[in-house]
Amino acid sequence: MSAPATLARVGPAEWELPKGFRPGMHVPVRIFATEKLVQAMDAQVFVQAANVATLPGIVGSSLCMPDAHWGYGFPIGGVAATDAEQGVISPGGIGFDINCGMRLVRSNLEWAEVEPKLGRLVNALAARVPAGVGSRGFVSLTRAEFEDVLREGARWAVRKGFGTAEDLAYTEASGAFLGADPEAVSAKAIARGRDQLGTLGSGNHYLEIQILRSDGVFDRELATAFGLGQPGQVVVMFHCGSRGFGHQVATDYLDRFLRAMPAKYGLEVIDPELACAPFMSDDGRAYYAAMCCAANMAFANRQVILQRIREVFAEVFERPAERLELATVYDVAHNTAKLEEHEVGGRMRRLLVHRKGATRAFPPGHPELPAAYRKTGQPVIIGGSMETGSYLLAGLASGRASFHSTAHGSGRSMSRTRARKLVRGAELQRAMRERGILVHAASIAGLAEEAGLAYKSVDEVAEATELAGLSRRVARLTPVGNVKG
Amino acid sequence: MTGDEAFRFIDDVTSDLTFEARGATLGDVFAAASEALLAAAVERPEAVCDVVERRLALEDTRLDWLLRRFLSELVYLLDAEHLALRARRVDVRGEEPDFHLDAVLVGETLDRERHVAANDVKAVTAYGLAVARDEHGDWRARVTLDV
Repeated sequence: MSAPATLARVGPAEWELPKGFRPGMHVPVRIFATEKLVQAMDAQVFVQAANVATLPGIVGSSLCMPDAHWGYGFPIGGVAATDAEQGVISPGGIGFDINCGMRLVRSNLEWAEVEPKLGRLVNALAARVPAGVGSRGFVSLTRAEFEDVLREGARWAVRKGFGTAEDLAYTEASGAFLGADPEAVSAKAIARGRDQLGTLGSGNHYLEIQILRSDGVFDRELATAFGLGQPGQVVVMFHCGSRGFGHQVATDYLDRFLRAMPAKYGLEVIDPELACAPFMSDDGRAYYAAMCCAANMAFANRQVILQRIREVFAEVFERPAERLELATVYDVAHNTAKLEEHEVGGRMRRLLVHRKGATRAFPPGHPELPAAYRKTGQPVIIGGSMETGSYLLAGLASGRASFHSTAHGSGRSMSRTRARKLVRGAELQRAMRERGILVHAASIAGLAEEAGLAYKSVDEVAEATELAGLSRRVARLTPVGNVKG
Repeated sequence: MTGDEAFRFIDDVTSDLTFEARGATLGDVFAAASEALLAAAVERPEAVCDVVERRLALEDTRLDWLLRRFLSELVYLLDAEHLALRARRVDVRGEEPDFHLDAVLVGETLDRERHVAANDVKAVTAYGLAVARDEHGDWRARVTLDV
């Protein structure tokens, strides 16, 4: 067991590491996980979460979701809320891939119709949705148009014909973070991202065809409310972010914050990846404005990709996309910092909630949810490995303990370097095909890094979120075709 | 690292990719780090030919920050201009807080017919970043890439 001796169980799937674990902690660490998942966590998760607890202005606890694993600086699956007036903003608490996120799209197609065309569908998606290193997007933009994307996010995409107003209604923040200012981003970030709108990226980014099996429904009523229900229903899930634009924004501001911390703000951090600035400072506000630009680029990216998916489906199934009823169930962000109101110690406080590899999970009744989901709670998408499956869940009122955050994936259990030593990409691709999962990968060698054995069990992670009261399972989705970056 | 190995990827951060690089001089260890970055991004980096030449001059107050900026430039050129580059020569001089770097970079535009992409290197993190002499007097660097 790698967990520290002072880690105490405080609930069925909740653990606390006290403030005394390491000097300088302002708050305790709270981990939401089953005993099995806690035991399997990297020892560095506890160290990193404790480091996060030293951030100036952190409120409540430094949080780890059930899929938490060892990252750079902050753990992946970490959540840190800081006071909006007195606290800091930290690019490392968001990650380089700003607004890396998931979109789930339902259809009225059934597996019986899709199965004979699956090969053609996967190949067409791979051909039409650029993926992999160095790929260029299918949307050509002037600099002025790209700046519009940064201000408007998915709203720009819909305004230009890439999708519908309904897509926006079912996208977190309606597809655009307010406060974006292109003046806050560098020329390098613009140059890096301008031709990448409409690209999946690489690594763990993917586009997956999934089916809802008859035994995959956990909550019939919620599944129906989210447009899922009939066994064999085909859905599409995809995972991507702000691409090189967001990576460069984070690179630029990490560099800026490392230099500004001691000189301007007298701040010191335990780990350079925790570099931060007061949220209300010039540097803090500039990063927030730039981060919002990157978040908006990611929303627009997922929106234009959805429209390309609709085109491909229409071609392969030889009828208009509208008749296939390809509709956004929800689009959620994983890597952001958002200004939110939360109850802390009996009073409402305005907090900047950093989520790095964690999903917002608003409860039923939350005013930011679209009318159709006001009673259900926010849909949550947890993407598993390409070999296993993924989950659709819903936010719960009991999730206030995590500032209404939950897991984002199954969480890596093995480094990429080790996975490559154990698995050969071509063999994995063949074995998956024999098990009924067709994979098209931009990098066959890189495919090995995403093997199921490199991840925790998505079933255990999804169950743990329910045991911890963070989110409840609605449906389990089974992969049948995967386009991997 | 063993023998003549200039860099190696190590089993470290679960989420990402960490390498160690080694060189007799600071220039050598920076050049080795550029080779590691290329190997992270492209399968069979030896297939990247010396077609394009770029020159780079950087300054920084700390060696580790200089290394991060140097590698971040290579990530930028790869992503924005699709140039797969390695350092042919790196000259690092100065002392804290005034380091200077001049590099000659060579490589070529990524060609999907000849180059197989490996990882999409998003960024050079500051996590565990280190440049220091070892007990034998060689320079060693440790870098974690976000992939």
